[in-house]
Amino acid sequence: MDELLQHLVNALILGSTYALLGIGLTLIFGIMRVVNFTHGELYALGAYAVFFLEVSLGVNFFLALVLAVIIGCAVGAAIEFVLLRPLLDADIDTTMLVMIGAWIVMQNTELFYWGGVSKAIMTPFPDEPLQVGPIFVSWLRLFVLVMALILIGATYVLINRTKLGKAMRATFQDRDTAALMGVNIKGIYTATFAIGSGLAAAAGALLGPVFLVTPSMGDLASLKAFAIVILGGLGNITGATLGGFILAFVEEIGAGYISSGYRDAMGFLIIIIVLLFKPTGLFARAERIG
Amino acid sequence: MTTQADIVLSIEHVTVHFGGLIAISDLNFEVREGEIVGLIGPNGAGKTTAFNVITGFLKPTSGNVRYRTTSLGGLKPHEIARLGLVRTFQRTSVFQTNSVFQNVLIGLHDRGRSTLWDTLLALPRESRSEQELVHDANEILQLVGLEQRASEPAGTLPYGEQRLLGIALALAAKPSMLLLDEPVSGMNASETARCMKLVEKIRGSGVTILLVEHDMPMVMKVSDRIVVLNYGRIIAEGPPEAIQNDPEVIRAYLGQGKKRA
Amino acid sequence: MKRVLPLFWLLVIATVPLWLRDQYFLHVTITTAIFIIAAMSLNLLLGYTGQLSLGHVAFFGIGAYASALTTLGFNVELPGGFAVVHTPWPAVVGFVMAVIIAGLSGYAIGKLSFKVRGAYFVIVTISFAEVTRLVALNWVELTQGPLALTNIPPYTLWIPGIGEYEFWNKTAYYYLVAIIGVLVYVIIKRLVNSRIGRAMIALKENESLASSVGIDVTRYLVLAAVVSAAMAGAAGSLYAHYVKIIDPDIFLFIYTVTMVIMVITGGKGTLAGPIVGGVIFGFMPVIVRSFAAPAVQWILYGALMIVIVFVLPQGIVPAIERWAASWRRPRATSDAVVLAGPKVREE
Repeated sequence: MDELLQHLVNALILGSTYALLGIGLTLIFGIMRVVNFTHGELYALGAYAVFFLEVSLGVNFFLALVLAVIIGCAVGAAIEFVLLRPLLDADIDTTMLVMIGAWIVMQNTELFYWGGVSKAIMTPFPDEPLQVGPIFVSWLRLFVLVMALILIGATYVLINRTKLGKAMRATFQDRDTAALMGVNIKGIYTATFAIGSGLAAAAGALLGPVFLVTPSMGDLASLKAFAIVILGGLGNITGATLGGFILAFVEEIGAGYISSGYRDAMGFLIIIIVLLFKPTGLFARAERIG
Repeated sequence: MTTQADIVLSIEHVTVHFGGLIAISDLNFEVREGEIVGLIGPNGAGKTTAFNVITGFLKPTSGNVRYRTTSLGGLKPHEIARLGLVRTFQRTSVFQTNSVFQNVLIGLHDRGRSTLWDTLLALPRESRSEQELVHDANEILQLVGLEQRASEPAGTLPYGEQRLLGIALALAAKPSMLLLDEPVSGMNASETARCMKLVEKIRGSGVTILLVEHDMPMVMKVSDRIVVLNYGRIIAEGPPEAIQNDPEVIRAYLGQGKKRA
Repeated sequence: MKRVLPLFWLLVIATVPLWLRDQYFLHVTITTAIFIIAAMSLNLLLGYTGQLSLGHVAFFGIGAYASALTTLGFNVELPGGFAVVHTPWPAVVGFVMAVIIAGLSGYAIGKLSFKVRGAYFVIVTISFAEVTRLVALNWVELTQGPLALTNIPPYTLWIPGIGEYEFWNKTAYYYLVAIIGVLVYVIIKRLVNSRIGRAMIALKENESLASSVGIDVTRYLVLAAVVSAAMAGAAGSLYAHYVKIIDPDIFLFIYTVTMVIMVITGGKGTLAGPIVGGVIFGFMPVIVRSFAAPAVQWILYGALMIVIVFVLPQGIVPAIERWAASWRRPRATSDAVVLAGPKVREE
């Protein structure tokens, strides 16, 4: 029972960051219909940014986190502006290939610059874990959970309570009508990609210190993000949040009780099963009209 | 007296709901052998929805469509086409990147006799079958009058000729009933006349026709019988002269948006 | 002119070992040729049938493992206590098994994947490939996991006049690969120029229109997947018996990306495209490695891919065809229309 509780706590923490990843991608994939292969690379970039800022430039850990997210947004906006905007109405194959190209360039730039050896990020938190009853949780992980939940909440507010969020929702529902209503579609796309990338970078920045930082850490992140989006339904933020927790939970239980080697396969199995049996996701609301 | 054998297509109490929106309500009509029936109605009346239900591209909320004696419920579009019920499309009516000739060859797909192994091993049956298809394709192109354009990419044809090619494509699939989706929309007078002649020729070869159209003079001239839809219901049915003078029909076309007196 | 060109290329292919003496270059030629076969098979699915399957390396890997395991033999215990023991069979049988098993996987994965379209299809195919990789990595009893299957025996064929011949020698292996490559090319060519090929090209452009004239879309999609997978499996077998060692890294997404780059830059939907793309990306590492680290190479590939998508979206071969056509006569009327830019998506 204690073991199960520990797994649940781990899943909760991991799930919160997965939720960030998933929300970022569901916004991008949902609003722009782009198969964003660079999402995982923004995740990795977030981690590398913290590493670079803290270790090479001596920046304070917390400040580095904030800067990493900002860098993520900026890089995301740049990718959208340079690569995706010119291809605005091209078919999905074309944008996908461009994203694959960008993914290759980003990952190998990291590999070239920092090498393939994994990097560790120092944190100001004590190494001694906190014990609550039978459960152990490190201060770092607790911090990650809190920050992730704050960011999830902030995203909710952004999407549901601000003008930008309203414009994004309108574009998601019906792009052409939104354009007729005066929404700057191109601007919304850039903002969406920037926000989504920022969330991915945040997830990477938070998890970087927990695990290690390697150039290939983004690959699995990308695909898990897709699993979460598919699980939760396209464009569905609540679904992505819940999907993130579900994926983490399935991974933890699967790794703990079945086999740790197949841990990463859980995400893919979810994708396959959900797409084949309930393509609209588990939490799909009513489809938009049109 | 009309017997069951005379009825080619029967739409039986078909209803289509999209969430809360009722697109078609209790649609009930028949098309008989050799007829040309025109389906008209104001925009949004449900004509395209009806077409999509008949040809298997949309599942009705309730009701049934019967082609001769076969119920079409649950059949996929290609299965319905194989039964002999073939439709054209209003937009993207042809394969744009293929040549005119290739388009007709694609339409002739089901008439081919060769199998995968015939193809891979280059067996004689393959080339014989291909020759037959080429011969048939030439005949069809001559019928619609596009034989001069055979090697040109379909996308480069003038709009009117593309629509004609769309009909050729459907004819290639050997229909015993043809559903034409706004065949003359966007056509000028001479193209429309050309199309009308073609429709008559097709009917003459024994094919039953159901068409949806907005061009009133064209529909009135070409159809034996007209069915009028408004707000998803049939409001009138009969020969063109009767329909032209029907007060309900006139009100439906003129009175949209106006309050009732 | 038309008849001479294929004969010319056949002559070139047949005489390569005579003028390519450097064993290292011959090695690169062989591996490139194997990858070209895989790329040609992907082209059938991606270029002609229009399905962006990004899991293609799964079939390559399944073929490689099937062939290796058939030849090496294995002993596994399945849940329920059944032991499955397989004694080694000749490598040639391994080749046949690779084709069959890869083809069957193509059928299974195809039938499941084609329930969805577009971006979801892409994600599902990637997922299948990743699951396959993780199975290969974790089912150590069968696949030796990361320790790899080693000492894979070469093919032995009975050749009239020589007797039993073991394919160790590079030159001999080159001819084996070349013959299979030409065979695969001919199969694809016959297929795409036939009634079946027309159906595939039709559904690539417009599924609704295709089904309205009686074409069973799912059937032809699955057919394309099966043929394509079987060919990729053949390439996998050739690879396994050449490098004689395979591990789960063969399933890495990066190899699918390599094949995709080859097909796209060469020209998807053309017969020569994957060959041109394959030659370029097969030999580029050799040229680039002398002055750039592997990471830089990949940066170049990624950048090249982006550039090609923007500048030559149809690929190199169609661009050459267009250029040649504009030379020959003032107004080109070729059967296949080559659009000048990315296709506009129809909603």
